[in-house]
Amino acid sequence: MLEVVEVGGAHGTMVLPTPDTPTRAVVVGATWRPAPHAAGRAAPRAAHVTSPVRPSTGAVLSPIPSTAQTGRITPSATAPELLRNFCIIAHIDHGKSTLADRMLQLTGVVDARAMRAQYLDRMDIERERGITIKSQAVRMPWAVAGPDGATQPYALNMIDTPGHVDFTYEVSRSLAACEGAVLLVDAAQGIEAQTLANLYLAMENDLAIIPVLNKIDLPAAQPEKYAEEIAGLVGGDPADVMRVSGKTGEGVEALLDRIVDVVPAPTGDASAPARAMIFDSVYDTYRGVVTYVRVVDGHLSPRERIAMMSTRATHELLEIGVISPEPIPTSGLGVGEVGYLITGVKDVRQSKVGDTVTNAGKPATESLGGYQDPKPMVFSGLYPIDGSDYPVLRDALDRLKLNDAALLYEPETSVALGFGFRVGFLGLLHLEIVRERLEREFDLDLISTAPNVVYDVTMEDRSVITVTNPSEFPGGKIKEVREPVVKATILAPSEFIGAIMELCQTRRGDLQGMDYLSADRVEMRYTLPLAEIVFDFFDQLKSRTRGYASLDYEPSGEQVADLVKVDILLQGEQVDAFSAIVHKDKAYAYGVMMAGKLKDLIPRQQFEVPIQAAIGSRVIARETIRAIRKDVLAKCYGGDISRKRKLLEKQKEGKKRMKTIGRVDVPQEAFIAALSSEAASGKDAKDKSRK
Amino acid sequence: MSPALPDGEPVPDDGALPDWVAQDRRAGAARALGVYLHVPFCTVRCGYCDFNTYTSAELGGGADQAAYAGTALAELRLADDVLRRAGRVRPVSTVFVGGGTPTVLPAGDLVRFVAELRDTWGLEPDAEVTTEANPDSVTPASLRALADGGFTRVSFGMQSAVPHVLATLERTHDPDRVPAVVGWARDAGLAVSLDLIYGTPGESLDDWRRSLDAVVAAGVDHVSAYALVVEEGTRMAAQVRRGRLALPDPDDQATKYELADDVLGSAGLSWYEVSNWARTPDHACRHNLAYWRGADWWGFGPGAHSHVGTGERSVRWWNVKHPRAYADRLAAGRTPAAGRELLGEDDTGLERVLLGVRLAEGLPVTALPPGGRRAVAGLVADGLLDGRAAVAGRVVLTRRGRLLADAVVRDLTD
Repeated sequence: MLEVVEVGGAHGTMVLPTPDTPTRAVVVGATWRPAPHAAGRAAPRAAHVTSPVRPSTGAVLSPIPSTAQTGRITPSATAPELLRNFCIIAHIDHGKSTLADRMLQLTGVVDARAMRAQYLDRMDIERERGITIKSQAVRMPWAVAGPDGATQPYALNMIDTPGHVDFTYEVSRSLAACEGAVLLVDAAQGIEAQTLANLYLAMENDLAIIPVLNKIDLPAAQPEKYAEEIAGLVGGDPADVMRVSGKTGEGVEALLDRIVDVVPAPTGDASAPARAMIFDSVYDTYRGVVTYVRVVDGHLSPRERIAMMSTRATHELLEIGVISPEPIPTSGLGVGEVGYLITGVKDVRQSKVGDTVTNAGKPATESLGGYQDPKPMVFSGLYPIDGSDYPVLRDALDRLKLNDAALLYEPETSVALGFGFRVGFLGLLHLEIVRERLEREFDLDLISTAPNVVYDVTMEDRSVITVTNPSEFPGGKIKEVREPVVKATILAPSEFIGAIMELCQTRRGDLQGMDYLSADRVEMRYTLPLAEIVFDFFDQLKSRTRGYASLDYEPSGEQVADLVKVDILLQGEQVDAFSAIVHKDKAYAYGVMMAGKLKDLIPRQQFEVPIQAAIGSRVIARETIRAIRKDVLAKCYGGDISRKRKLLEKQKEGKKRMKTIGRVDVPQEAFIAALSSEAASGKDAKDKSRK
Repeated sequence: MSPALPDGEPVPDDGALPDWVAQDRRAGAARALGVYLHVPFCTVRCGYCDFNTYTSAELGGGADQAAYAGTALAELRLADDVLRRAGRVRPVSTVFVGGGTPTVLPAGDLVRFVAELRDTWGLEPDAEVTTEANPDSVTPASLRALADGGFTRVSFGMQSAVPHVLATLERTHDPDRVPAVVGWARDAGLAVSLDLIYGTPGESLDDWRRSLDAVVAAGVDHVSAYALVVEEGTRMAAQVRRGRLALPDPDDQATKYELADDVLGSAGLSWYEVSNWARTPDHACRHNLAYWRGADWWGFGPGAHSHVGTGERSVRWWNVKHPRAYADRLAAGRTPAAGRELLGEDDTGLERVLLGVRLAEGLPVTALPPGGRRAVAGLVADGLLDGRAAVAGRVVLTRRGRLLADAVVRDLTD
């Protein structure tokens, strides 16, 4: 029995096989060995991979399982040995979504017409930025002939991973839900720092790694060069690095075959109390929170009560199912399966990533471990430009919180900016995404203050104060100040080593090690204060390496540092929005920079306005805004009066929107300009996420 | 005339005043009535000028200068009809012919307009009748003809006594001609005012002093001095944009204002409005004072504004801007008004402050809104308002206050 379906232009017509269609031979290839690597890093485990060579027997074959075979991979009743859970590790723009689309198409889960470009990325912002923030999991059928020649159906779960540094924890949970990872690298660009970081994470999680070069159809592709680089990283022979084109589909079937071959089947105790790990949870307006889980032991069934092991909270399981590619309710999920749960809860905080779900009636005694509460690393004040939008901003944050367990905020008042919120973020991209969603989805115009990190200040009397807003930095006798530190990895062409070292030096970085990935690409590892990265580091890194460097970092504890608070005073009045905590050696530069900037931004007043930068009572920099001498229109005759009155009315409106610091009227725009050209926030994160 | 017309509501075809103005006959009759006539022609357009004026080249055929006086008189007939129906006809106190360059028209045209005005509404016995003029567009005979036809005053656009400054302004007259034309005007029995512009790109403080000295030497009784404003859309703005000319520096203009006030003051001329100086109060331009005091005036000609009020409420309207559209409307028997605004108490109050503050006579503190009254003490302390006048209950700018008058107005109208 043959069925003909359209599967997209590149492939033309494909013929679905009958159950007894002969299938291809699969050659078991070389064994990957761990790459010799920097000391101190966990050695990657050997990954068994098949040869990338796909025999071209001439026979037209399809790997979509037949109806009879499909019965063996019914959700909730699939033997673990027929399951393969994998993720794709890739840098933004390296084509993960296109490859994923192609897989959905080849496995018949989505047909070409129904295919929205980049099916997995749901939110607009994600699509625009070409990045994936929230992971999802899609179940795909696939058939491969075993060594005995018999065709075997498989259910492949592709678990999408967020591709950004801010979401390391979420990535780690996604990886923990898989047994294998496709390491996808753009054949024209080579591996990037974030990919490398996630690759190490995958290796530490003992995942089977399938190295793949994508975009081999591009004229600029250099598969030989980058295959060698990747082989050097994961161990093995460059010839065994698979080559695909998500765009044309070339090599994608072979890749699916190899996933079945190489990724170990999940294992677990089917008779034990259920233990399922939450690797994502998403708020849906209609369904409430949709929780994505990977079942490790036991079985979850609809209508039963489940318990969250971290909170002991119990919920009724209203629906359970798999995504393929739309949600399909099932009669449960068994060992090794990946799917979703709906309990009717309305807040993702009740369904935390990393938590373990168990049966309420017969709970497991031990959780799967690895759960962490999300910890904001970067704080920024968000203020509505129009003060009357404050309630809108509050409601908007409340809404976003439903879908973002990492979002923390509390009300804050600024002399300069009015009423707003101090908001904690996982990192700069997280900040930028939240800000953009607030502006786009809730039609808000916002000012965000320069991002800062969290400081622990120990006073002489041993009391400890946690500072999330620089203007709250205590005066008085301070014993020590501790700041968060990150481990940063920078990948760049080796010609930029000097430039990068110089930059990191000025940012108080410590070089921890350096390795050549290939003859002309280098991996540099630094510890850096997070505050230094938050402050225009990406911009600098990009401009000093002509855009070639990539960066990844992860939190790595804290350190004591010689930090001071620099205040900016306008006519003797402190402007809270401009206070900054900086290293003592940089206080002067910050003071000069900010005073100079404000001098240019604040309009001249009827009196002279001194701008001072001060540490405590010590002034370290000073600028003066000269008094305005002329503010009068020379002519005001009969035909000018209407215009003049309207101008006056407009100016009076404008005056209402001015913030008065002491006697100085400062237009809101001046604050915005001073804060936004601060560079630390938006622009960097954007640049970074786009490339 | 300002370059762009304001937004307003439409005016009925017959130009009728809004009801409340039309009905309040008692209030109207007591108010002085001024007449402005706009002459929208120049022989050349100066680079800094954004006034509603046209050279014959710009206009092409059609709305020609020869027919202009007749067109303006058509508006006079319409105006007469409107005021008569509203019961607001009374003799005219002041007439001001501005432009453009009024004197590109034959003196006979200007005289004819004044004569018709006298026949229609009457002129008060001591009426002030001024025309603007370019030093190079008058002769002893033309000035004599104006004086004979009822003009009492002429205001010459001297702008500067320094050739390179005049060249930057694209003024064509010879500065040496100014004392001569002043003499001719005086001989004809006309009061004379000179207009100056300061802060032109390239003008030094010494250049400015030379212009002021020239004005003083000419012995006129009235001087207007305006800081140059580079208006959008002018040729000068384009030159500034291309970097060929520097934008005027407000600090430099402030210094020049102070110099003007010093030089003119020592020559016996005192300020009576931010940009105007006169030898005695009697030498002040009564027509302009009427604007600043919120009187009634009818503005004839394209783009001209008119204002008729009752004391608390008023209407202001403005004519279509282009001479051809203006002529076409009148030819069709329709009002040339393009739009109008009805001003309530808040608006007239605001205007009263913003105009009154500019005058040396100032305005009573009681004319200010409560917030403005509270601001007075602070403005005195800052040296922007005269303390003695404030104690006497009046708001009067100091010299520093004159330079910051717009800021003061913002505080006084809170």
